Amino acid sequence: MNSKTLGYILKRLGLAILTVWVVITVTFFVMHAVPGGPFTSEKAISAAAEAQLKAKYGLDKPLMTQYGTYLKDIVTKFDFGPSLKQRGRTVIVIIKDGMKTSAKLGIIAAFLALIVGVVLGSVAALRRNKAVDKIIMVITTAFVSMPSFIMGALLLLLFAVKLRLFPANGSTPAGLVLPIITLALYPMAYITRLTRSSMLDVLGQDYIRTAKAKGVSQKKIIFGHALKNSLIPVITYFGPMLAYIVTGSLVVEQVFAVPGIGRAFVSSITNRDYPMIMGTTIILASLIVIMNLVSDIMYKVVDPRITLE
Amino acid sequence: MKTNPFSMHIDVDAFLPASDAEKEYMVQMRESSTFFKDGMKRLLKNKIATTSMIIIIVITLASLIIPAIWPYTYDNMLGVRPGEPVDSSYNNLAPFTYGKTEKARIAAGESIFPHIFGTDAQGRDYFIRVVYGTRISLAVGFFASIIVLVVGITLGSVAGYFGGKVDMIIMRIVDIIYSLPDMLMVILLASVLNTALGNKLDGTPFAKIGSNIISLFIVFAVLYWVSMSRLIRGQILSLREQEYVLAAQATGAKGSWIIRKHLLPNCISVIVISTALQIPNAIFTESFLSFLGLGVNAPMPSLGSLASDALNGVNSYAYRLVIPAIVISLIVLSLNLFGDGLRDAFDPKLNG
Repeated sequence: MNSKTLGYILKRLGLAILTVWVVITVTFFVMHAVPGGPFTSEKAISAAAEAQLKAKYGLDKPLMTQYGTYLKDIVTKFDFGPSLKQRGRTVIVIIKDGMKTSAKLGIIAAFLALIVGVVLGSVAALRRNKAVDKIIMVITTAFVSMPSFIMGALLLLLFAVKLRLFPANGSTPAGLVLPIITLALYPMAYITRLTRSSMLDVLGQDYIRTAKAKGVSQKKIIFGHALKNSLIPVITYFGPMLAYIVTGSLVVEQVFAVPGIGRAFVSSITNRDYPMIMGTTIILASLIVIMNLVSDIMYKVVDPRITLE
Repeated sequence: MKTNPFSMHIDVDAFLPASDAEKEYMVQMRESSTFFKDGMKRLLKNKIATTSMIIIIVITLASLIIPAIWPYTYDNMLGVRPGEPVDSSYNNLAPFTYGKTEKARIAAGESIFPHIFGTDAQGRDYFIRVVYGTRISLAVGFFASIIVLVVGITLGSVAGYFGGKVDMIIMRIVDIIYSLPDMLMVILLASVLNTALGNKLDGTPFAKIGSNIISLFIVFAVLYWVSMSRLIRGQILSLREQEYVLAAQATGAKGSWIIRKHLLPNCISVIVISTALQIPNAIFTESFLSFLGLGVNAPMPSLGSLASDALNGVNSYAYRLVIPAIVISLIVLSLNLFGDGLRDAFDPKLNG
């Protein structure tokens, strides 16, 4: 690693930290700009009780002081405060709880998308303009333009309601099959298209022709030369894929009633559980930012041909 | 007469008047083609893009015309009549069936307009709700794209043309917004703006649109202009060095004039194409938010909220989920394919 690469990584790291800070700040001030405090939706409470509640949660202090405390708690203790609606539980505990299911869901979906996508994309590229290629391209085009909630709802309808192959409720392991497939379909279609086009690009390169001319077997050309290089653009998709899976899980968990972070987030929005909304937004956003950073750096490190600007 | 090939004498024969045959050769047989005509020709040759365009036009016209001529409205609960108890026979009607009083009227010889897709759980004609939802989704997609376009063009062209500090500040903001996870921010802003706007809109012309859609527009204006402005900035940066800009500057034209009259018309194809590709994006976002309950205000339907409502009764009324699902997929798919076709036809360079 030379100094240029290091400089690039530092610059990107700086931008990532800045982004996370912007997310925290925007989330904090946006949530505090909402008219009516978090307690207005509750049954009428006396002014004294409200003042006490506010004092308990530190809401009676000036806004900038609250902001400072909030930021300090996150950085030093990774503490996002207590949940307003789930008494006695802190935001971070709820998030950790939901993450167990959601992370499982997301990671399996990501691997599924990656493996199936790369295989289908390579097949399509190698059988270019044949029937297989055309079928794969038509199907992936359809998948790319179908919103995740529609996809999830249709899968639910077909496999859970009509065919009764899987339970419609996502709280059991068998019930996680459909949500995983729903989450995986879009990134899978995207990776297929990405792999296909980059594989076609690589197959047209001089070194592939050289390998062919030397008499290297087809198998060795594909697995030894073409595949590795055609996977480089796929690395850049890691960040957006995670972002998709995170936001996709919001609706998918809703559709299949999966007890994960996405459902907790959506219900915190409907319940106006402000600390919970803030905490979840910040953690999920940071996750996406970090993943984007990692995939960008990996992209530059893996391929020395790419120049750093 | 034999001439010396190196002679400087002018060959008089070369200056004879042209013969008729020669003149005809120079006549322009065909009208000269403009940029727009050329592009349209290429676009119409593309079967997929043309089909998509026709589908979009048909869906748009249908969503505009049908509500005006349809005998039912999207918020009319057929079972509810003033002064009478609610007639629940109108709720959850299957396609092409009728409620109690309607059956009585048919028996009396009256002809009743059929409920093509039946009615929903509250006795509202489902067909008109789908049509109306399509209209809302299309309108939101279109206007959101226009907003993105205006904000993106303004900031992008200012950054590109003036450069220097202005450019640096705008591009740093773009960088940060670009790295924000857009969907999470959209959800956050939409949920907050909706509460913040709340009753403030009452009495203004915006009240009819609903606070949810207004907040959606604001979110688009704040978050989605970045890629458009990046694109415009890049175009302007390269166009700015052209001689005609220098000429305009030399004659004393102001910056805003040069941007409007010289630079923007030259990136019109990029602008049109990226706007066309922005519309399905916006429709996607709107339906996503409506599905989560952050979109349009009830009773107004949108394709996303219709699908979300249908999910509750998916066991018995699957068609109510399938219909909006098909419509939204069809719209997004055709708009994407049409946008691709537009790009191929008007700016082959963009196709990477």
